[in-house]
Amino acid sequence: MPEGGNLIVEMAGRLFRDLADPQTVNAATDEGWRDELWAALEETELTRAWVGEAQGGVAASAQDIMALAQLCGRFALSVPLVETLLAGRLLSLAGLAPPPGAATIAPATLKAAATYSETAGLAGSVGGVPFLGAVAWLVVVAANGEGREVVCLVPADAFTFDPQASLGGDAQAKLQLDGVRPEAVGILPLTAPPGALMLAGAALRAGQMAGALEALVEITTAYAGERVAFGRPIGKFQAIQHALTRLAGEAAAAVTAAKACAWTLEPGGSPGDTPILPVAAAKIRVGEAAAVGAGIAHQTLGAMGFTGEHILHRFTHRLWDWRDDFGSEAEWALCLGREMLARAVDDYWPALVDQADPPVVESAAP
Amino acid sequence: MSTALVFEPAPASAATREVRAEVRAFLAKETPGGAFGPQHGAGTSRYDPDFSRRMGERGWIGMTWPKKYGGHERSHLERYAVLEECFVANAPLWFHFIADRQSGPVLLKYAAEPIKENLLPRIARGELCFCIGMSEPDSGSDLFAAKASAVRTNDGWRLNGRKLWTSHAHQADYMIGVFRTSPRTDVDRRFGLSQFLIDMGSPGITTRPVLHPNGGHEFNEVTFDDVELPTKNLLGEVDMASAQLTSELAFERSGPERFLETYGVLRELVALAAENPDARAAEAVGRLSAQLHVLRQMSLSVAARLEAGEEPLLEAAVVKEVGTVWEQALPAVARDVAALIEASDAARESFETALRATTLIAPKLTIQGGTIEILRGIIARGIGLR
Repeated sequence: MPEGGNLIVEMAGRLFRDLADPQTVNAATDEGWRDELWAALEETELTRAWVGEAQGGVAASAQDIMALAQLCGRFALSVPLVETLLAGRLLSLAGLAPPPGAATIAPATLKAAATYSETAGLAGSVGGVPFLGAVAWLVVVAANGEGREVVCLVPADAFTFDPQASLGGDAQAKLQLDGVRPEAVGILPLTAPPGALMLAGAALRAGQMAGALEALVEITTAYAGERVAFGRPIGKFQAIQHALTRLAGEAAAAVTAAKACAWTLEPGGSPGDTPILPVAAAKIRVGEAAAVGAGIAHQTLGAMGFTGEHILHRFTHRLWDWRDDFGSEAEWALCLGREMLARAVDDYWPALVDQADPPVVESAAP
Repeated sequence: MSTALVFEPAPASAATREVRAEVRAFLAKETPGGAFGPQHGAGTSRYDPDFSRRMGERGWIGMTWPKKYGGHERSHLERYAVLEECFVANAPLWFHFIADRQSGPVLLKYAAEPIKENLLPRIARGELCFCIGMSEPDSGSDLFAAKASAVRTNDGWRLNGRKLWTSHAHQADYMIGVFRTSPRTDVDRRFGLSQFLIDMGSPGITTRPVLHPNGGHEFNEVTFDDVELPTKNLLGEVDMASAQLTSELAFERSGPERFLETYGVLRELVALAAENPDARAAEAVGRLSAQLHVLRQMSLSVAARLEAGEEPLLEAAVVKEVGTVWEQALPAVARDVAALIEASDAARESFETALRATTLIAPKLTIQGGTIEILRGIIARGIGLR
């Protein structure tokens, strides 16, 4: 579990163990568990954890929200909690109070873009929107044509979409926004490209993926300790040990990367205060870890893990999905590489170091 | 159920930023003379007693040690910043670095008071060079196969045997060496080794160069022929060195030198790509930057735990495992990316120099200080597989 002393994460942990256990969910013959889980999430206000106090929320810290995302990953949680957190956060940053109910956000890929104007409403075609079809609200972040990002609240019955499914089997859709009229519109604080939603979304997906990788370490080491072949647990074979060591190292890198970008989730004073390095690096490195880690986990669990009956796919399939959300490794690498190459060569290393940490806040004189 | 690995972010501090800025300014002044610099690639000019003295004057050796012994009582995170800047600049640290990293902490923990009072302040001033006598002809990864012996005499110990692949033994004033004081037992194969402080000027010590394939002199064979040591030069408990060695490794395995030895080739790749960045090169630099950033955060996380007085052996092993695999692959990755970049002859030449230097040292990176196979064994035990 993520480090304790954190009420939100402790509460979520209890709820997930009771109502979202991967084994139970995997064996469920109907979707009834979803409603029960979601009702509990709303009742405990976990869905409003990242909404500002002025908008009726809990205003949890960036570290708590990152820990919550990590916990969602550890359970391969397949309800739109992270999406609802992001939606609530964006709305409250624009001074809007989020309505009750599950929400999702768009665009959720680095390629897609939406625009908004008072006269024409929203415009754009946006693919890969997570959980669309399973939520009450959609929050769209769009360019307003005046150099600002606006956040638009749209009820889920106000538009049409092509239902798809993710590799993990979660609802997903391609959405045509042209002419859609939001119920409310607010202006977001200035954020450096690629924008408030992409940065926060990538950071939280990295957190979920890090959590899922930690779960892979647990599932795989437990299996290697139990599964007997050639007269001993397969975990006693050096070939397996070295593979699992690599998985553990990749999971450790992923957890480190995700936690190290949590600070960027706090709003900065100006766009330049939040460099893209920590988030870009997290999404890139965690994506790489996901590819390696999922491969090792499947190889270790053999045919057993390649069945619907085993919970392994709940983690590996979502890891593969999440790599593409809010920017893939290659997309972020191109952004980050261009950024790092745009300065003098002698400034490369100082930039790598200095952008890793929050900017210095001069303490007020006593 | 839970994995034993803990990587919490290290706190950023004003003190760390300050010392980092000081080191950058210092290195900028040292570099124009051309004695060293990242453009020289890895493995050159690694040893310079005068440079070490200047580091000592600024208080950048023995930074975390008690003031009583010439240290500066600064944090492991400040020390981390100093080291990192030095490694990136390819500064010649190796006269003092082994003593700063390993030998000093061992002496602090296990040496008799007069030895500490004598040697530690001199190390901190950058006046002493140490080497580590662990490997032998028939004992590399299997440290507990060591045969070189120490036998009790009336007034101390008598050493015989050979140490091999000993870095900087030909330049060192002292060695901290591991010698067999008792046979190992059936119950405990780690039993019977002891650690000693050895003056490299003692009669009976012969040092012979063992050159790198490119002719570089770092390794040595050190022969001990009836070398007499005073009793007080035993460090810690007799026959129980294995436990002492284990805790030494948390310091040795997790530092920035475990992923920055080939940094020179990344710097030159950046210089090459920056002239005319195409998508392939930019994407590659982005990935490498992300990987390096995360390695830094992992290593910093371990430094923060050392600062808290912990011994995160498992996490230190993970940092070295992930870090050395990365730095070892870096020259090959950079070579591949550089191949299709349109660049000036000058940038190309500079890159090739760094590429050659780093390609040649790459094989040793997953061998020195615990082979990758040994580290994976340690991690496997840590996550409950052994």
